[in-house]
Amino acid sequence: MVDSQPTLERADDSYATGDDALFQSPVSAEAVRETNREATATAAIAAARATRGGRFRHILPSRSGKLVTGVVIVGLITLFGIFGPMIAQPPRDSSNEALQPPSAEHWLGTTKLGYDVFSQLAWGTQGSLFIGIVAGIVALLLAVIFGVFAGYFGGVLDEVLTLFTNIVLVIPGLPVVMVIAAYVQNAEGLGPLARSSLLVALVLGITGWAGSAVVLRAQARSLRTREYVAAARVAGEKPGRIIFVEILPNLVPLLAAQFIFGVIFAVLGEAGLSYLGLGPTGSITLGTMLNDAQTGQAVGTGAWWWFVPPGLIIAALGAGLSLINFAIDEVVNPKLRLAPENAKRQRRAAKAGKGVADTGAFA
Amino acid sequence: MSGQAQPQAQAQATLTTTLEARNLVKDFRLRSGTKVRTLNAVKDVSFTLEPGRTIALVGESGSGKSTIARMMAKLETPTSGEVLLDGRTSATRGGGLARYRRDVQMVFQDPFSSLNPFHPILHHLERPLRIHNPRLSSREIRERAEELLERVRLSPAATFADRRPHELSGGQRQRVAIARALAPGSRFIIADEPVSMLDVSIRLGVLNLLAELQRQEHLGVLYITHDLATARHFSDEILVMYRGEIVERGPSEQVILDPQHEYTKTLLEAAADPDRLGRLRDDVRNGG
Repeated sequence: MVDSQPTLERADDSYATGDDALFQSPVSAEAVRETNREATATAAIAAARATRGGRFRHILPSRSGKLVTGVVIVGLITLFGIFGPMIAQPPRDSSNEALQPPSAEHWLGTTKLGYDVFSQLAWGTQGSLFIGIVAGIVALLLAVIFGVFAGYFGGVLDEVLTLFTNIVLVIPGLPVVMVIAAYVQNAEGLGPLARSSLLVALVLGITGWAGSAVVLRAQARSLRTREYVAAARVAGEKPGRIIFVEILPNLVPLLAAQFIFGVIFAVLGEAGLSYLGLGPTGSITLGTMLNDAQTGQAVGTGAWWWFVPPGLIIAALGAGLSLINFAIDEVVNPKLRLAPENAKRQRRAAKAGKGVADTGAFA
Repeated sequence: MSGQAQPQAQAQATLTTTLEARNLVKDFRLRSGTKVRTLNAVKDVSFTLEPGRTIALVGESGSGKSTIARMMAKLETPTSGEVLLDGRTSATRGGGLARYRRDVQMVFQDPFSSLNPFHPILHHLERPLRIHNPRLSSREIRERAEELLERVRLSPAATFADRRPHELSGGQRQRVAIARALAPGSRFIIADEPVSMLDVSIRLGVLNLLAELQRQEHLGVLYITHDLATARHFSDEILVMYRGEIVERGPSEQVILDPQHEYTKTLLEAAADPDRLGRLRDDVRNGG
């Protein structure tokens, strides 16, 4: 608003003729609220002008410690997953000596079958990321269909979709995934798809969307009562366009968070499945590495270099994605941004004996 | 209305362009637990809106004003009764509804939620233009959108077109909302408390703009408000609503100066009156 303020005042002044006395109702909370909104808008625009991030700047999370840490961790793992396989030796090259500890030749040692652990790790990271992203996309699409459509249309459709969502929600996750995975892997007629990582990703995707759908439904129900949705209807927009053009863009931060949640769920789920021997057999993932390490008695023989690296990557990936999620949460709910600061201030006040709240209810 | 007068009135209605609400009723079913209660939000409301004239619908919160606005804008379906455009029953779906929307548009109460925060100002004007003029090229649409912005005194239009709603003040946003309502080339505007969310100092500006556009376009305006002062100023006729019913109607001067119904008198009492300036303050100072 910095440079638009003068135009605004001039324009409004030119109208403000006539007897204002008629309209001198007590200056209510509305005026105060308007001032506050102007201030917020001014700050937001100043920030936007400073960075000039382009069209989508306002939905991007602001730069914070959480976001930077998360992006760096996830970025490094992704780069490793993309470029690692290019520089490492073939992951199933068994010509190396077996069970070597880390050395200059094999940075992370070798497995019982003589595979290079670094190479396995690079391919495994790639495989796990692939499964995570595919499953995340599948889960997100299903969540949008079940959540946003139910929330927007309401009525009978809402009842049916919500009932289905709730059923999927209460079915315990991993056992179902195990049953489905075991079933489809032995099913005839799937050809090369059976026991592939794509199939595992699909299975994880179609079992992991229900939580997101509940969140999206609630938000869509809230957005559909906004006046801009009513205005779009009055303008003559079709329902499909209202959902995809008017509502979905305002859900983008939430969708991003749900997608990341889906990726975490899928990476961890895949690791669990593979560890149980139900993972993809054709490709290497972090989960299959752990499974190999377990069947190869890596713990018993003290070959820590075999199971620690994949475990660490899974943990770091989950942590990094969660950190990005927290940063996105702060976009969706700006109060969270101030919460730690407020809590600190209240604690300080309480210590100084000036606190109004007891311990507990912060911010 | 007697049996003889009705066909005559209908014949007249088909000749002129009018927007008519005939015996509108809206009931809401409220469910709390197993109990179902019916709320009669609007009970048998009729009025006729003519081009160039303004009808003010005045009443307290919850009196059913906004429900009438939403029914006129086809956002709610009446429980019974009908909305007639040019004397004919208006469509509720399909192409007929699209034609109705071209003629009847709405300005919403809250300019902070009636513009989509994600889209630039241009989008809000382009969409109705494009929906109702599918043959225009993108350049013509942009030109028309900028023309609309100029008409609501948001100039230079080019600088406003690409801004996002949060970069505009409340008054500017409401003017965008008015421009949007004009975009399809509408003949009737439903203005649902268009200035109640605005800063007191800019209310008059927005109302004057609306009145000026009304004169230029010969628009029929249904002005919904709880403010009797502006209703008197801007409308030809005032309908006073109380609990879903119209308790008093008539030319605006007459309703204000010679109120008949008890509720209208209460409303007038509650309004700020220059003659009583400072009396409340004195009451408070003197301890009641």
